[in-house]
Amino acid sequence: MHVCTTARTRIWERSPARSDVDYVGKPVPLSNMSDSNSMDPRPDYDDAIARWFLIATAVWGAVGMLVGVIIALQLAWWPANTGLSWLSFGRLRPLHTNAVIFAFAGNAIFTGVYYSTQRLCRRRMYSDTMSKIHFYGWQLIIVLAAITLPLGLTQGKEYAELIWPIDVLIAVVWLVFGANFFGTVIKRKTNHLYVALWFYMATIITITVLHVFNNLAIPSSLTQSYPIYSGLTDALVQWWYGHNAVAFFLTTPFLGLMYYFLPKAAERPVFSYRLSIIHFWSLIFLYIWAGPHHLLYSALPDWAQSVGMAFSLMLIAPSWGGMLNGLLTLRGAWDRVRTDPILKMFVVGITFYGMSTFEGPMMSIRAVNSLSHFTDWTIAHVHSGALGWVGMTTFAMMYYLVPRLWDRPLFSQKAAETHFWMATIGLLLYVVALWTAGITQGLMWRGVNPDGSLAYDFMATVVRLIPFYWIRVLGGALYLGGTLVMIWNFVKTATSTAPPLSAGSEEALA
Amino acid sequence: MSENQESFHSRVIERRAGLMAVLTTICILIGGIVEIIPMYTVGAAHIVETPPYTPLQVAGRDIYVREGCYNCHSQMVRPMRSDVLRYGGQWSRAAEYQHDRPFQLGSRRLGPDLARVGGRWSNSWHYRHMEDPRAMTPDSIMPAYAWLLRRKIRPNAVKASLRALRTAGEPYDDGTINNSAMLLEAEGQMIVDDLAGSGITTTWDTEVVALIAYLQRLGTDIGAITAAEEREAANE
Repeated sequence: MHVCTTARTRIWERSPARSDVDYVGKPVPLSNMSDSNSMDPRPDYDDAIARWFLIATAVWGAVGMLVGVIIALQLAWWPANTGLSWLSFGRLRPLHTNAVIFAFAGNAIFTGVYYSTQRLCRRRMYSDTMSKIHFYGWQLIIVLAAITLPLGLTQGKEYAELIWPIDVLIAVVWLVFGANFFGTVIKRKTNHLYVALWFYMATIITITVLHVFNNLAIPSSLTQSYPIYSGLTDALVQWWYGHNAVAFFLTTPFLGLMYYFLPKAAERPVFSYRLSIIHFWSLIFLYIWAGPHHLLYSALPDWAQSVGMAFSLMLIAPSWGGMLNGLLTLRGAWDRVRTDPILKMFVVGITFYGMSTFEGPMMSIRAVNSLSHFTDWTIAHVHSGALGWVGMTTFAMMYYLVPRLWDRPLFSQKAAETHFWMATIGLLLYVVALWTAGITQGLMWRGVNPDGSLAYDFMATVVRLIPFYWIRVLGGALYLGGTLVMIWNFVKTATSTAPPLSAGSEEALA
Repeated sequence: MSENQESFHSRVIERRAGLMAVLTTICILIGGIVEIIPMYTVGAAHIVETPPYTPLQVAGRDIYVREGCYNCHSQMVRPMRSDVLRYGGQWSRAAEYQHDRPFQLGSRRLGPDLARVGGRWSNSWHYRHMEDPRAMTPDSIMPAYAWLLRRKIRPNAVKASLRALRTAGEPYDDGTINNSAMLLEAEGQMIVDDLAGSGITTTWDTEVVALIAYLQRLGTDIGAITAAEEREAANE
């Protein structure tokens, strides 16, 4: 081992002590990064479960985005509400949010977790039966959601709309997933837990706690229940849940996926092991406090609002720790970012993660929040996280996985490139239109005449936003179109008659 | 740190999944405990006890939740000049929400705030607005809710709701629950009679009547709350 000269290489230098993990050590070829270790015959991984979850991700992703485009159209052009109760905005919007969060992002998490956990623990999942119960149970939950929400069966709490029997089912299926995951981790054939596994672990534990406590309710029928909390306590519990659904369903699992798939795709070890420790523990500790920033200027006690704001500001540090660790992992691979759609998507995803985790803390400052709250700025913020970070990271992961899971080269690199640009332009149109709409409406609401009276009638502020809503429809449709191009590309890949990748050399896989 | 000396994290925590899970659980529980438990205990005390929602208001509130009104309408007037000017002169107090299960503060104002909508419009305005929002507000982007003019509430379901709400902590007495069907009809009939004065014919058990009853309640507790605040200030 040569003498190292910088602190960074010194961290890599420690790799021999931990040759069983792939996050430290000098840049090594993919064949040495855990799963295809020549010293250890490849265990019998269950890739079928990852394939099924990947298909579900793609299908539900398209459905959830389509519903999003429909409700965007309803805001730009009200007749799109059709006059049918089950197609009205108030019922479809929860369907959109639940579909993209729990169906698209959820299945994406499970795809990545099942694929990577087996490789990081170097063994098959603890129980194939549990894997199957998890898969079919989760899809059943999604179908039930798609039926009940348009029927108006709801708990009326954002992102926790699903009625109590479905909530019970979610809890059961989630615990099966947790047991299967922890069973695999405990029986692992490696010494160390790689950083991706820490993030998966935090996700599973925290979502269990959030889901159970936010949904405690007294049923009055099979479809109706009333929360045990009332008024502002209910609001606080809900936003403790709601904000941490963002944290532990849309952030920590995707950071875990980033920590596994980005080094794999870039063929570089993670930039800093120490940074990953610091940002993991600080992120999960700080995030849970930030919920009250959704209730600034409400009648919630001032101390709770201030605590929420303070912790939201502190969150910049661990969030950017994750972003930097991701982007700097690409050191030495930036030339490939120009040509490789997978790396391009990772870069846009991680950049939007950094952008929205800067924007979020800014919006939780009272003065900024007084302008942004209740406006489309919030929706722009959410979508820069959802379309940018979650969407792009998921696409990157799927483009990495499909050739490996179906053992065929990707059908069309050009189509992947097209998808990247459609998604990126769609995302920018969407977010910029709604930033503008949000700030416009916020300023118009607070506009006063010299005599102190309000300058704008509420309706004037609604009419002003319609052109932005049309741009949003366009942006969303473009993003959805990109997803459809991706699905077409995957179907062509899976059904192609090209020779299997595994027939070639190890290098072909990389 | 020398080459072969690993950190505590690497040597101990990363090698023990159980320990890591325990530490993670502790880490994620602290914030929630510190914030929520004081609200659940101390924060539950309100400056004045307002009456719970009437049976018809409960039915109407369920419709408000079912239709997802919270996706477009907030119920939270912020203590800011523009909000207070626009929405009836008082910002929202904690005591106003004491019977809200679930809370309906909302997060977006695609339509105006409704925290003070009670008494702002007539019953007939609401009726016609639900039937066709454009008839009352020409540029409105709100969907029409014509089905609310046809569908009926189910008194048995409301009774079950009242029971569940009492279990959750709402102060309903046996009389209210046992006579809920009668109370529903009596309150609904008052709105029906008022609507008849505007040439609208409907029945007490129509969903729109229940929704109107709920909307007309919104924000009407503020007088009792500000009076209690003044009494408290005078006592100090």
